[in-house]
Amino acid sequence: MANDVLVVVEEQDGTVTDATRELLGAGRALSGELGGEVLALRLGPGSLAEQLAGADRVLHVEHPALEPYNPEAWEVTVAEVAKERGARVVLMATTTVGMDLGPAVAARLGAPVVCYVVGAAVDGGQLVATAKIYGGKLLAEVEVPGEAAVLVAIGGSFAPASGGSVPEVEPVPAPAALDGLRTAVRQRIEPDRSDVDITAADLLVAVGRGIGDRDNLELVQELADALGAPLASSRPLVDQGWMPKSRQVGKSGLKVKPKAYLMFGISGAPEHIEGMRDAELIVACNTDPNAPIFEVAHFGTTADLFDLVPALVERVG
Amino acid sequence: MRIVVPIKQVPDLVEELELLPEGTDLDRDLLTFKLNEYDDHAVEEALCLKEAAGAEVVVVGLDEPEIDQSLYTALAKGADRAVKLTGDLEGWIDTHRRVAALASWLASEPFDLVLVGVQAVDDLDGQVPALLGARLGVPHVSVVTRVEPSGDGAALVHQEYSGGLAAELEVRLPAVVGVQAARQAPRYASITRVRQAMQEGSIEEVAATGADEAAGLRVRRLFAPEASGHAEMLEGNVGEVAERILELLRTRGLLKA
Ligand SMILES: Cc1cc2nc3c(=O)[nH]c(=O)nc-3n(C[C@H](O)[C@H](O)[C@H](O)COP(=O)(O)OP(=O)(O)OC[C@H]3O[C@@H](n4cnc5c(N)ncnc54)[C@H](O)[C@@H]3O)c2cc1C
Ligand SMILES: Cc1cc2nc3c(=O)[nH]c(=O)nc-3n(C[C@H](O)[C@H](O)[C@H](O)COP(=O)(O)OP(=O)(O)OC[C@H]3O[C@@H](n4cnc5c(N)ncnc54)[C@H](O)[C@@H]3O)c2cc1C
Repeated sequence: MANDVLVVVEEQDGTVTDATRELLGAGRALSGELGGEVLALRLGPGSLAEQLAGADRVLHVEHPALEPYNPEAWEVTVAEVAKERGARVVLMATTTVGMDLGPAVAARLGAPVVCYVVGAAVDGGQLVATAKIYGGKLLAEVEVPGEAAVLVAIGGSFAPASGGSVPEVEPVPAPAALDGLRTAVRQRIEPDRSDVDITAADLLVAVGRGIGDRDNLELVQELADALGAPLASSRPLVDQGWMPKSRQVGKSGLKVKPKAYLMFGISGAPEHIEGMRDAELIVACNTDPNAPIFEVAHFGTTADLFDLVPALVERVG
Repeated sequence: MRIVVPIKQVPDLVEELELLPEGTDLDRDLLTFKLNEYDDHAVEEALCLKEAAGAEVVVVGLDEPEIDQSLYTALAKGADRAVKLTGDLEGWIDTHRRVAALASWLASEPFDLVLVGVQAVDDLDGQVPALLGARLGVPHVSVVTRVEPSGDGAALVHQEYSGGLAAELEVRLPAVVGVQAARQAPRYASITRVRQAMQEGSIEEVAATGADEAAGLRVRRLFAPEASGHAEMLEGNVGEVAERILELLRTRGLLKA
């Protein structure tokens, strides 16, 4: 049985994602303990090998059904390659791709899967993963036995692979099953760029479900206006139709990196943190002293936003 | 069209989470449970589909704490049937077991679409949409915000990616879809309507089978994230806190005045 680590590569506009580089870093550390190779699995046109340092080899599969991303095509291919190579660990990122594929590939391999992984190691010959549960309020350390396992890791959890030479590319034939798929991509939909660009702002005021009601948004809007900052939000406000999608920060929204991010009534779910972790200054207002956001923010207060926001507005003038 | 919506209860995260002394499970007696918020969206999307194109909507839940309340609420909102899978389901039931129970029930219930919540906050070993899809051998798509019939035994689904990107996919039915958000905010059912549903409606009980499969994971311990990266808490009254925050902005040249 091989001891290789297989990393599923994701790219955006031809650039390998940060999350993929982190998986290569995690793969390097694991393969040091397992003794196998790190195999980067690239699906689609172009091997991207020059961006995949850290891998020992790039397995490159090309087929029209693999680009743009088609969940069924990727599932079939990843599972087949993992099975054929007898990979010990398959690593994916917690993205739409990882959510579609992680558990499904595990089911096809008859292997266990751990999602929301923030740590992985080999301890006494046993693969051990640490994962976030309960919205990030707790961590679970689990033993992952068996001959294969799928780990789906949260972005920012592992140091990206550094250095290393451009890995060699091994073309791998596409599975025959790609010609009889039941899923087809009809069209790609680009984000709406007509609204203000929150990724360009130095200062952002962000609001979450703690605001309670649509009418209360006026209050934080007033603060944003006074500070000359755009108003951003967490996802639930967008799903409620209270805020436009163009203002959503996080995994399925925009990634922002302002000089300061002032947040009110946002709990700090992993999907939100993914989008704002790199802000230079994070100040969080949340009435729950155990809210996970306080693990990430630089400054925090448990003041009630309905008291604090007016106090801020009054002082900014 | 026949739409099945599996729903589940999750611990309310606003509450303090207490561990049992062994440290491998939560103290369940202290938890309050509520419907997984994404299931609320899955039910909503199913009801929107029913209103737009006609469909029978069946909600199904494992016999977990306070599930009846959520099943009746779904009936009050317009679901046609509610089913509860009963059996030896005490304590933490891992995802593989829950999926096995759902899959074996679905084997005897014809369906065109299964709409599940994209995930649950109590997340550990996997996502039901993909596990269930793979197990049933039907196509599955997760992180979806809209589902529409496209005639000819297929559905159009809107899948979201990072950076605000999305795609429209066409899947042949039957299929499993992980719903991130419904096309509109989930509707409310008044207490009166829920009571009425409790009086009129009934929950069908079916013995769960297949739920004895294990996920193959062993929990060593649960623990709170270490506080190493904890924020510096701003002390004082609201006015003082506001001053401190503005000072932080001022020193960074972010305050206009
Ligand atoms: C695939 C996927 C993608 C996702 N993508 C995103 C994304 O891009 N962006 C995103 O944000 N989420 C995303 N989510 C959702 C995410 O999991 C959380 O549900 C969401 O971030 C929670 O938003 P919130 O913090 O505003 O709400 P909650 O978690 O409900 O938190 C509200 C907070 O407000 C506090 N509060 C209440 N009242 C007050 C008050 N008066 N004063 C101060 N504080 C108060 C509470 O203590 C609580 O912590 C995604 C989920 C999935 C499954
Ligand atoms: C020590 C420990 C204790 C745990 N205790 C619990 C616990 O008490 N209760 C618990 O639920 N989990 C518990 N879990 C976590 C459990 O493994 C998670 O429920 C699961 O892994 C969450 O996966 P997910 O986010 O993919 O959500 P999923 O479980 O995949 O949920 C997604 C969707 O699938 C459907 N679905 C899932 N389960 C059901 C069901 N039972 N009936 C009908 N539809 C369903 C719903 O549509 C739901 O929205 C515990 C984990 C640990 C480590």
